[in-house]
Amino acid sequence: MTKIATREAYGRALVELGRQNSQVVVLDADLSKSTMTAYFAKEFPARFFNMGIAEQSLMGTAAGLALSGKIPFASTFAVFAAGRAYDQVRNGIAYPKVNVKIAATHAGLTVGEDGASHQAIEDIALMRAVPNMTVIVPADGEETRQAVFAAAAHQGPVYLRLGRPAIPVIYNADYQFQIGRAHTLRQGKDAAIIACGVMVHEALKAAEELTTAGLEVMVVNISTIKPLDREAVLAAAATGAVVTAEEHTVIGGLGSAVAEVLATEKPVPLAMVGIRDTFGESGKPDELMAKYGLTAADIVAAVKRLKGKKD
Amino acid sequence: MGLTADFPELTATARRLRQHIIRMVGAAGSGHPGGSLSAVEIMTALYFKVMRLDPARPDWPERDRFVLSKGHAAPVLYAALAERGFFPVEKITTLRQLGSPLQGHPDRKALPGVEVSTGSLGHGLAVANGMALAGRLDGRDYHVYVLLGDGELEEGMVWEGAMAAAHYRLDNLTAIVDHNHLQIDGRVEDVMSPEPVADKFRAFGWETRTIDGHDFGQILAALEWARQVKGKPAVIIAETIKGKGVSFMENEAGWHGKAPKPEEVEKALAELA
Ligand SMILES: Cc1ncc(C[n+]2csc(CCOP(=O)(O)OP(=O)(O)O)c2C)c(N)n1
Ligand SMILES: [Mg+2]
Repeated sequence: MTKIATREAYGRALVELGRQNSQVVVLDADLSKSTMTAYFAKEFPARFFNMGIAEQSLMGTAAGLALSGKIPFASTFAVFAAGRAYDQVRNGIAYPKVNVKIAATHAGLTVGEDGASHQAIEDIALMRAVPNMTVIVPADGEETRQAVFAAAAHQGPVYLRLGRPAIPVIYNADYQFQIGRAHTLRQGKDAAIIACGVMVHEALKAAEELTTAGLEVMVVNISTIKPLDREAVLAAAATGAVVTAEEHTVIGGLGSAVAEVLATEKPVPLAMVGIRDTFGESGKPDELMAKYGLTAADIVAAVKRLKGKKD
Repeated sequence: MGLTADFPELTATARRLRQHIIRMVGAAGSGHPGGSLSAVEIMTALYFKVMRLDPARPDWPERDRFVLSKGHAAPVLYAALAERGFFPVEKITTLRQLGSPLQGHPDRKALPGVEVSTGSLGHGLAVANGMALAGRLDGRDYHVYVLLGDGELEEGMVWEGAMAAAHYRLDNLTAIVDHNHLQIDGRVEDVMSPEPVADKFRAFGWETRTIDGHDFGQILAALEWARQVKGKPAVIIAETIKGKGVSFMENEAGWHGKAPKPEEVEKALAELA
């Protein structure tokens, strides 16, 4: 199985984008070899700004560049982008609707051994709550590549949530990503799994496994958490049972966004696979995903529970 | 004065801490050796000579406090705590494993002896200020130490804390800057220069002293000096070498956050024998 980290795909896409568009500038906060903005820095040193370990300055400077006509991509780890610099993002970027693209890497538990201080488990919730912010969580390398170009073409703030480890490839170049549009990867009539990021692959595995239980399960990749594709959520709800899956706390993320639509427009039984209001810890990514209930098996169990089937 | 030969016990302890760091990070397969090794003499002086501590009572109200603001240097803190008797030395090889009290960055809930959970850079000085203010309120004479990275000085919050420490005349607090001149993306002076560091602290109202951070004579004298400073906070700027003690790690930015492979562990331990 081919694998690539979404942060790696991001770094490569930035270089491609930089060649096409001279207005694109990139900023980092002493993590360029981890966020992969180092590729851009190497090819376009004059258009790269390392702000040092100063994430608030990173976001403020990006805002200033955008207000002067540039298309800045500002990168650091997700905990620091959405957390440390929250006010700079809220009041400095989102409120004035400044054209800054925040590409936050090392999101979620798959950060692994660095532990809880470095694992953003609430960044989708934070960024989704801010007006004017577009929130994108790509499911693989190709979707990341296209999301980078789409973000650059979009007018306004974007939060792009990327991961550390290499993850399975789902899409090829025929796929067409569009901001705000979900993509149905698998049809099914018995239940629907709505997932984002690394959990999309787990959802596909789960759906495959559920065929042995006689269940045909739809799989929907909602990579744009905001604006949410309501039609896609309602189509999923038509199956009568929805399971959401995200590498994030169940408070305020994809599951909450889906629940908001379902509760107000089409109530159906809903289960959320995600982190249960707790911080992460050190460990191998796979061990953590298992411990915190973020595997295909957890999705399978959730679907069966909703369908009244024994595990 | 100042030669390592003048401090045989501390020198031997420092060597053991370095061995622990290498074993620990090697076993974990990830972690931060460079900035752990640069702080070994500072940590040895604090934990084995200067600080008032009781490993049997990690919550003793009269204890001196140590805040590892540069939390990624957790291995040097764990090495010091283990060697000082806060937990069994055998545990060090569980670093970064699922369920270990030795989290990738220090977690006060997981390991007694860790005063503050750190890992997000820039927080430590403000937290240390709070501990110093509480000590004053409670009439306790404990001293608060905080260790900062030089790259960490780029965080605005450090200077907010520096302003507050001087404003409240926190002379029961000593900051130490591990001035190893490297951060992740390269030389501190090249990435985002915080220089001139001493002048900046002085301008913020601090007393400063610059020393060789690997020389026990200078470290002990500076820590003693810092305790004598009255009416102001004091900062010791310790000139250090990142990766100190392991030839192939010294002054190499690449060893900031990379674990040695088994053969590199052997090579490093041979140098530290
Ligand atoms: C707020 C924050 N931003 C970024 C990081 C990622 N990071 C970890 S260590 C480090 C470099 C630290 O350099 P320095 O303070 O000089 O430490 P030392 O050289 O002593 O290891 C960075 C950027 C972090 N831990 N916290
Ligand atoms: Mg440094």
